[in-house]
Amino acid sequence: MKSSITLLNKTYQFRDLKDILAKANEEKSGDQLAGIAANDAQERLAARHLLSELTLSDIRNNPVLPPEEDEVSRLIEESINEKIYQSIANWTVSELRETLLSDNTTNIEISRIRRGLTSEMAAAAAKIMSNLDLIQAASKIEVVTQCNYPIGHKGTLAGRAQPNHPTDSIQGIKASLYEALSYGIGDAVIGINPVIDTAESVKQILQMTREEIDRFQIPTQNCVLAHVTTQMRAIKNGAPSDLLFQSLTGTEAGNKAFGISIDLLNEANELIQKEGTSHGPNLWYFETGQGSELSSDAHHDIDQVTLESRCYGLAKKYKPFIVNTVVGFIGPEYLYNSKQVIRAGLEDHFMGKLQGIPMGVDVCYTNHMKADQNDMENLAILLGSAGVNFLIGVPMADDCMLNYQSTSFHDIASVRSVLGLRPAPYFEKWLEKLGIFENGRLTERAGDPTIFI
Amino acid sequence: MKEKQIELIVQKVMEQLQAKFPSENRVDPVDKGLIFTERDWETSIPKPAFQEGAADLTASTPARIGVWRTGTRPLTKTMLKLQFDHAAAIDAVGGEVLENYLQEFELFTVETCYENKEVYLKRPDKGRVLTDAAVQTIKERCQHRPQAQIVVSDGLSASAVETNLKDVYPALLDSLKLSNLTCGTPFFVKGGRVACMDHIGEILEPEVLVLLIGERPGLVSASSMSAYMCYRPRKGIVESDRNVISNIHPLGTPPVEAGAHIGTVLQKMLEQKTSGVKLEL
Repeated sequence: MKSSITLLNKTYQFRDLKDILAKANEEKSGDQLAGIAANDAQERLAARHLLSELTLSDIRNNPVLPPEEDEVSRLIEESINEKIYQSIANWTVSELRETLLSDNTTNIEISRIRRGLTSEMAAAAAKIMSNLDLIQAASKIEVVTQCNYPIGHKGTLAGRAQPNHPTDSIQGIKASLYEALSYGIGDAVIGINPVIDTAESVKQILQMTREEIDRFQIPTQNCVLAHVTTQMRAIKNGAPSDLLFQSLTGTEAGNKAFGISIDLLNEANELIQKEGTSHGPNLWYFETGQGSELSSDAHHDIDQVTLESRCYGLAKKYKPFIVNTVVGFIGPEYLYNSKQVIRAGLEDHFMGKLQGIPMGVDVCYTNHMKADQNDMENLAILLGSAGVNFLIGVPMADDCMLNYQSTSFHDIASVRSVLGLRPAPYFEKWLEKLGIFENGRLTERAGDPTIFI
Repeated sequence: MKEKQIELIVQKVMEQLQAKFPSENRVDPVDKGLIFTERDWETSIPKPAFQEGAADLTASTPARIGVWRTGTRPLTKTMLKLQFDHAAAIDAVGGEVLENYLQEFELFTVETCYENKEVYLKRPDKGRVLTDAAVQTIKERCQHRPQAQIVVSDGLSASAVETNLKDVYPALLDSLKLSNLTCGTPFFVKGGRVACMDHIGEILEPEVLVLLIGERPGLVSASSMSAYMCYRPRKGIVESDRNVISNIHPLGTPPVEAGAHIGTVLQKMLEQKTSGVKLEL
C-alpha cells in the first residue's frame, strides 16, 4: 500500500492507513481532540488524494483494528461476500465514488456492491465525497424495513414522535404524543427516552403507548429507549415492546463502556424474536453518533467517521427497523459548529444507507455548540433531499428532558411540504381517516392535540 | 431571564426604534413600550375540538405543546420565544463573570490553561489544569491544608455564577460555621472544568473541596449551577469519587437550600473520611 504522495513537488508521508483515513476527514474538533487530524488544509487534501488512489483491497488488507483484537472488526470481516468483494477489490476509492454517482448505477447495483464492502471502505468513499455527492449517492438508495408497518419508501419521510418528559409523567408524555400525532408525526416509532431506567417504569410507558396505539389503531410501533438490559427485564415481566433499542459504538471497548457486547445483543435479539409484540421482521432500533468511542477512550486512534461507519457494520447484523445518528448531541469537543454537524449528518446518512441501513438522523445540537435552529432547518432539508428515512420530532424542537434541541413536529411537516414527501403509506391513510391530512397536506384540523383526548 | 431584564431589553429596543423612526403614528409618545412576561408568549389553538382538555394537556408538561401553527410553521411568538431562550443560553456560554462582582465576595481570579472560549469548548482537558501563574498565585495567597476549600468557576455558564453565588455562598459559609468547619482561602477559576478540583487538591491539600461551577445551559435555565464535592481531591480521582448537587437555580434547587446542604455533605465527608458513591448520606 502506498503511504506517501507528492503533489507539485511537495511530498506528504503518512504512517499507515489509519493515519490517511484520519487526515482525509473534513475538519472535526473530535479528530483534533484525539490528536489525529491533519495538521493543515493542504495535508488534509494530500491525504484525501492518496486515499482516493488506494484500492479496496488495500483497505481490507490493512485493518484499522485487527479482527483478532476486536469483535466488531471480526463481525464486519465475516459479513463480506467474497465473490462480490473479488469483483471490486481492484477498484480505487475514487472508482467506488464515481460508480456510486454514475447514472448507470441504481439501487439494485448498489445492493450488490454493498455485499463486498467493509465499513472502512464506506467511510473511505464518504471522505472523498463532497456534501452534494453524499446527498446524490444516498438519494438513490431505498431501504424499506418493517416492524408492525413498513417505512422507508422513496418519496416518504417518517418521523419519530419523541414525547419525553422530565419526570416520566405518563400524562405529560401522552400530551406531547397527541401533539406529535396531530402534526402527522409518529410513523417511524413512538419512542420515549426515560428518566428512570427501571424495568417497572419502562413497562408502564410501554403499556401506555400500547394502549394509545390500540385505542386509535395507529399504524406504528412503540419503544422505550432505556438500556437494553432494562428493556429485557421489562419484556420478561410482560411489557409490550415492539422494538428493542440500544446505543452502539464502533469498537468492542466502546460497547463495553456502554455496557453491551455482541453476546448480549444476540441474547436480546432472541428475546425480542420470541417475546416482542411485533411480527417484524425488523425489530431493532439503534442509535449512534460520531465521537462516542473517543468519549470513552475506546477509539484506538481511529477517526470518528470510520468508527461511525463501523457502527453500521455492527447494526447490520441485527437487521434493524430504524437506526439514527444523534449527530450533534455529544458536544463541541467532537463537532464544534454547524458546518461540522451538517457534514457529519450527511456522512453518517450516506455511510449507513450504503451499508443497507434504514437511516434516520437526529438533527440536533447542544447550547454550547456554535449552531442554532436555522442550521438544523438547513440540515433537515438537505437530509430530506438525500432521502433520509426519518427525522426526530420534539415539541418546538426543544427536548425538555434531554436538554438539547432537535427538529420539531412543524419542521418535519415543513420538510414534507417543501420537498413533496409523504408520511409512511399506512400512516398517511390513517391520518386521512382522522381528517388531519388530505392530498399530501395537513388539514385545518391538524395541530390540535385535543382530538385525541 | 427575569421580567425586569426583559422589560429593560424591550424598552431599549423601543427607544432605538423611536430614534430610528421618529414617526408619531408609529409610537405613542406616552407609551412605555412593549412589555412581555411569560404569559404574553403563550399561544393557543383557536378552535380546539375539546376546549377544556387543552389546558390539561399543556399543564401536564413543560414541553412546548398546544402552540398552534401557520401552515406548517409555528406562530411568530412561539418561534421568537424559542430563539429568545436559546439566546440566553448562548450568552451564558460566551459571557464572563465581572471582576467587581467577584470582589463582592473577596474572590481573586486565577485561570486554567483554557486560553480562550473556543479552545475551552474544544479541549476539556485544558480546563482541568491551572496555569503555572495560577499555581504560584494560590500557593502564595491561600491557606495550605485547610479543612474545607471553596472554589468558584464560570464553567459553561457565567450567568450561573452571577445569578446564584449571592445566595449559595453566604448560606454555605453559614453552614460551615455552624458545623465548626474552618474554611481556607476561596478563589475564582476562569475557564474551569470539574476535574480542575484534582489539580487544586494537589496544590492546597484540603480535607474537602467544593467547586461551585456553571452548568451547560439548557433552555429552561441558562443559569444553572452545580456544586461538586470531593474528600481529599488528588490527581487520578474518578467521577464516582465526587458528590454533586446539580440544577441549582431559582427555579430548580433553591440556591440558599443548596448552600446549606453542601455544608452538611462536606461534614459527612469529614466524618466518614470518604466521598462519592461510598459516602452514606
